[in-house]
Amino acid sequence: MTAYQLSIFAENKPGRLAKITQLLANEKINIRATTISTSGDFGVINLIVDDPKQAHKVLSKEGLTVSLKEVIAVVIDDKPGGLDKLVQVLAGENINIENAYGFVTESWKNAIFVVEVDQLEKTREILKKKGFKTLDTESLSAIEPFHYLKY
Amino acid sequence: MYWGREAEIMLRERLEALQLTRLKETIKKAKKSPYYGKLFDNIGLVPDKINSLKDIEKAPFTTKNDLREHWPYGFLAVSRDELIRMHSSSGTTGRATVVFHTAKDIEEWTNLVARSMYMTGMRKTDVFQNMMTYGLFTGGLGFHYGAEKIGALTIPSGAGNSKRQIQLMQDFDTTAIHIIPSYALHLFSVFEEVNVDPERDTKLRIAFLGAEPHSEKMRKRIEELYGFKAYNSYGLSEMNGPGVAFECPSQGGMHIWEDNFLVEIIDPETLEPLPDGEEGELVLTTLMREGMPLLRYRTNDLTRIIPEPCECGRTHRRIERIKGRTDDMMILKGVNIFPVQIEKKLMEISGVGNNFLIILEREGFNDNMIIRVEVQKEFFSGNLKQLENLRHKIVEELKSDILITPRVELVEPGSLPKSEGKAERVIDNRKD
Repeated sequence: MTAYQLSIFAENKPGRLAKITQLLANEKINIRATTISTSGDFGVINLIVDDPKQAHKVLSKEGLTVSLKEVIAVVIDDKPGGLDKLVQVLAGENINIENAYGFVTESWKNAIFVVEVDQLEKTREILKKKGFKTLDTESLSAIEPFHYLKY
Repeated sequence: MYWGREAEIMLRERLEALQLTRLKETIKKAKKSPYYGKLFDNIGLVPDKINSLKDIEKAPFTTKNDLREHWPYGFLAVSRDELIRMHSSSGTTGRATVVFHTAKDIEEWTNLVARSMYMTGMRKTDVFQNMMTYGLFTGGLGFHYGAEKIGALTIPSGAGNSKRQIQLMQDFDTTAIHIIPSYALHLFSVFEEVNVDPERDTKLRIAFLGAEPHSEKMRKRIEELYGFKAYNSYGLSEMNGPGVAFECPSQGGMHIWEDNFLVEIIDPETLEPLPDGEEGELVLTTLMREGMPLLRYRTNDLTRIIPEPCECGRTHRRIERIKGRTDDMMILKGVNIFPVQIEKKLMEISGVGNNFLIILEREGFNDNMIIRVEVQKEFFSGNLKQLENLRHKIVEELKSDILITPRVELVEPGSLPKSEGKAERVIDNRKD
């Protein structure tokens, strides 16, 4: 199962993120999760969106420096130890996590943990073997945010 | 393969004898100008005292400042009725300098530009698009006349308006262009934007890069992007403009047309002449000028003469690509640095994009150099660490070359100010 993450190179200054979100809003692209990592005066904005290929096209066309990257989106339990279970497996297999972030899909039930790893294929195999469920772009975009269901 | 076979491959002894004859003539002509007339009287210089090329050292240097102080007609050696053209330098500081030409001057200049272009392989079958400012700047009209002299269809497209430039190239099958190197890099991003591949979708085969010192790496990058051969061109308005020195197909230095210019390299500090091979300031004396002969003109450009003969057979010596101008040298913490040095290093590093900007700042007593570097779009893989490594690499490479640790900021491709003329590379915010 392959999920895609958009990574955008951006200078660390007011308005850069606003430019990106505006372009995506205009295209009716939904942002599911985001992280920003900075290194002083520049950084990388990572986005999980419902239509990564279209988003890539739109942002590139506007001159942004975008890279479409394969990541693994793992379904974990939203309860104490849920993340630990996954991370212990990766550590045990000597897999290095380059970047990771999570979001809750169903409160106290499920969460998605997005990982960028150095050994993509191997990680996929291991997760499959250990019974973890991973999501592709389509199922990621189909997930209803928890508050629609519970509130 | 030669535009003027006899002139281009003349034996050195004959060439030097010709230079001496022409130098004497030039001294005679220059004496008629108010400026040199008075000066020669003061120092007792007469043409008879010039018996060898070395005797040029008896003549005084001429500087841009002299031209300014005796603006506009102080250097004129003919009556104003004889003049058919004026040009003005692109100088950005002080009053512009003017240069006047007689009909014969224009003819000689045109011949040198035609000779230069022909040397690179341009023929009457070529279509030449001149992407330079027409007007007071010599780059436009100079090349225009040269190309027409060869008989090539000449498109006077002028500078800027990138999309129209690309359209013209496609509509009229342009094969040769004249372009400022930094603009060539910018233009490539416009090619990408309109989805035209210059290599596949145009017939471009030759480019003349001029009006701006640039590094060998920059030439290579331009050649790779466009898939054509790019030739370095040197000139300055005081010496006509383009067509003073030009690269031949060997691309190993620029032949300086010694039948029209007497070349010296001097130490810019002591003003002593330097032997061939040593780097210093280029000093030129016009040998064919009628309207406004100039003696020992200090170009401010730093280069060296390549003493070895060229494989192309031309006997006119070559100068190395311009290292920088004595007046665009930056002094930082006591170190002399030229923007072109930084450009050269940057272009060697993969991941570096097409534009950069140097900012000099002073904090207390400390001078800092900040370099904003555009990242190459294709280089970005979505990884912050990769960018940090690139920044680190740039800092290290520059540190070992210029001995100063710059602060490097990576910026998005296309985010630095673009210029359709000469690129502005340095902003000096240091206030005394």
